Amino acid sequence: MPNFGVTKGATTSSSSVYHLWQGFSLGAVIIGAFVVLLILYAVLRYRRKGDRIPAQTQYHLPLEVLYTVVPILIVFGLFAATVVVENKVVANPKTNVVVDVNAFQWGWKFTYPGSSAVVVGQTTQNPVMEIPVNTNVHINLTSTDVIHGFYVKEFNFSRYALPGIVNQFTIRAVNTGTYFGQCTQLCGLYHSLMFFSVKVVSMSDYTTWLNSFQNGSAAQAAQSATQQQTSSVVPSKTTKSSGVN
Amino acid sequence: MTDVLDPPVDFAHEEPAHEEHHGPTGILKWITTTDHKVIGLSYTVTAVVMLVIGGLFAEIIRGQLATPNGTLVSLAQYNELFTMHGSVMIYLFAGPFAFGALANIIVPIQIGAPDMAFPRLNALSYWLYLTGSITMLAGFFTAGGAANFGWVAYAPLSNSLNTPGSGADLWIGGLLLTGFSAIFTGVNLAATIFYLRAPGMTMFRMPIFTWNLLVTAILILLAFPVLTAGLIMLYADRHFGTHIYSVAGGGVPVLWQHIFWFWGHPEVYILALPFFGMVTEIIPVFSRKPVFGYKGMVFATLSIAALSLGVWAHHMFTTGVVLLPFFSIMSLLIAVPTGIKIFNWIGTMWRGEIWFSTAMLMAIGFVVTFLIGGLTGIYLASPPLDFFTHDTYFVVAHFHSVVMALVLGGMAGLYYWGPKITGYLLNETIGKIQFWLLFIGTQVFTIPLYILGLQGMPRRMAVYPHDPQWQNLNDWSSFGAVLIGLSTLLFVVNIAVSWKKHPAGDNPWDAHTLEWFTTSPPPHHNFYRLPQIRSERPTWDYNHPEHHALAHGKHDPEASAQ
Repeated sequence: MPNFGVTKGATTSSSSVYHLWQGFSLGAVIIGAFVVLLILYAVLRYRRKGDRIPAQTQYHLPLEVLYTVVPILIVFGLFAATVVVENKVVANPKTNVVVDVNAFQWGWKFTYPGSSAVVVGQTTQNPVMEIPVNTNVHINLTSTDVIHGFYVKEFNFSRYALPGIVNQFTIRAVNTGTYFGQCTQLCGLYHSLMFFSVKVVSMSDYTTWLNSFQNGSAAQAAQSATQQQTSSVVPSKTTKSSGVN
Repeated sequence: MTDVLDPPVDFAHEEPAHEEHHGPTGILKWITTTDHKVIGLSYTVTAVVMLVIGGLFAEIIRGQLATPNGTLVSLAQYNELFTMHGSVMIYLFAGPFAFGALANIIVPIQIGAPDMAFPRLNALSYWLYLTGSITMLAGFFTAGGAANFGWVAYAPLSNSLNTPGSGADLWIGGLLLTGFSAIFTGVNLAATIFYLRAPGMTMFRMPIFTWNLLVTAILILLAFPVLTAGLIMLYADRHFGTHIYSVAGGGVPVLWQHIFWFWGHPEVYILALPFFGMVTEIIPVFSRKPVFGYKGMVFATLSIAALSLGVWAHHMFTTGVVLLPFFSIMSLLIAVPTGIKIFNWIGTMWRGEIWFSTAMLMAIGFVVTFLIGGLTGIYLASPPLDFFTHDTYFVVAHFHSVVMALVLGGMAGLYYWGPKITGYLLNETIGKIQFWLLFIGTQVFTIPLYILGLQGMPRRMAVYPHDPQWQNLNDWSSFGAVLIGLSTLLFVVNIAVSWKKHPAGDNPWDAHTLEWFTTSPPPHHNFYRLPQIRSERPTWDYNHPEHHALAHGKHDPEASAQ
């Protein structure tokens, strides 16, 4: 089946969403093509040829019932599929890996409760959130100022970072790699440049990375994070270089 | 008083002097009038000016996005531009054009009324609309620039801390004024349609356009006061120290979204239903048939309106605070009555004698474009699919398919009713070129945006340095926007070229409804005479007494030929 412009993505729920997308698209293409063909047939076949007045047909009850009932059935089919996939996507199974994501104007702060790992970055500094592969990762998402959008294309998912509310969701990445993300909810001047990335690594790499914050380099890492935050100059126009993941 | 006669008698037509209105002329007439036709024309001209202003903003936006690191405007200016583009198009063009412009002119005539029920209130509506528009646009002349928090003004971005400056206040004030204008127009339309119908015009003999405007009026009355209240609270948060939408004082930012979309989704249908109505008048006339499934059409409109009041949270799935499947099923269900309408439009053309005038082409273009916008809207009713398309260009493309369909529908309306309003026909050749530019331009403009959205391009981006590969599709979209701009220019050219050239006569299209029974333009108080009203097509019945609509169950062309 064609992918209709969407990929399977990098998480378990992103592939469920992908299949739902395929189902919806198949329906949309079939119904859309059918309706367009009806319109094309009508405009080509019934163009005015003379001064004839056609039969003044106004009702055809069986037909009208048909095109009321069939769409209702289709809609309930789509709804059932939606509920099944939505329940998967919003499920929050128990897990030990937790990341607190804090969005602010105009950057991201990723903290890992139970460790001293903190990653902060503004705009095109593109801070990286590291998570282990094949593990449920619980995200606590919030904002310190206005509403931001946590969106990673390869996860086929986004969620608002709301001030005063902690949004919780779980992602389970199935492939290692670095996935680019970006703020999707208008948040002011540098909204276009509010980048971040999610780096999916093996569990052992993740543990090593997390531990690097606890021993010698911890202070360093934390310091560099703070430095980044304080010393960063918000780019005025363009910085292609620093945005690469 | 207008007489109802069959056959109608010209009791005043030859000697209309005593019926003529001796009011002021020239500029004084425009300022002091309470005539719904003159007010409607003021609305039409103002709304089309707003369309051009909003369109210019759009062209600048598309110019900025033509390269990944566009420097046409600054980041700050870009935020102002898309905010004001959306605001002008939704608040100052689409709405007022839908229920203030053509509705104001046509609805009273379609139901055989001499004017709106409250002519002075009608004038007040227009002046509130004009002052509101000027107020909102005046933001550009303030030190901080115009409002820049998007047309949805999400809290807390729209508070005084994040968006200081009077541009935002002017935006709120302008929207309050146009909101009151809409409420008064809603009151006026509902009262007019309920109380001023000519003898014989029962509810089920009202033209679909009038039906749709009645439902629109009711939706306005249910939705707009909520927005007004929300805006007053927003203003209070900004200036009077309240904390309704701010976390710091114990408020809830998401409350704004609830209030805004409780107005905002019915607003979608407040904008769309009048255009559905226009198209539903035009397709039957140019197919020489009655509208197929008249009663189904009415019930479809009513159910769209009812459903639209229970779907607001589908704009908020990504907030994570309203994941109730209720909002998903309600939103999906809107596809059913909308589908009924599309099939009814096709059924009307079926076995008709279709005359491809500019109005009809625009109407068919509307149906096709709206079909695309409607089908892509179904995805967005499903939360898992909405999660990753929300706030990307997929959504932008979806609602631009819808609103560009409305522009096509509005153009259809102008080509169809323009001759009735002015007394002169527009040039059909220029009109057809305009149609093809507009129709093709719309698809070239929107289809790349759908793909960009699926490739992950978020909306409201002034630059996209991380993904320069998006440039190609953006350029196609910008090219489409140029075609749309050219089509609008052609419309202005057409008005200039056709100015007072081809007199239209009373009924140039062999149309169905009462407005085509009177002169073009109609006299003061609209009618010298009225035909008997025994169906929703009194003018057609009068002109073609042997071709009444077939009753229920009779749909066989062979049988009817005898």
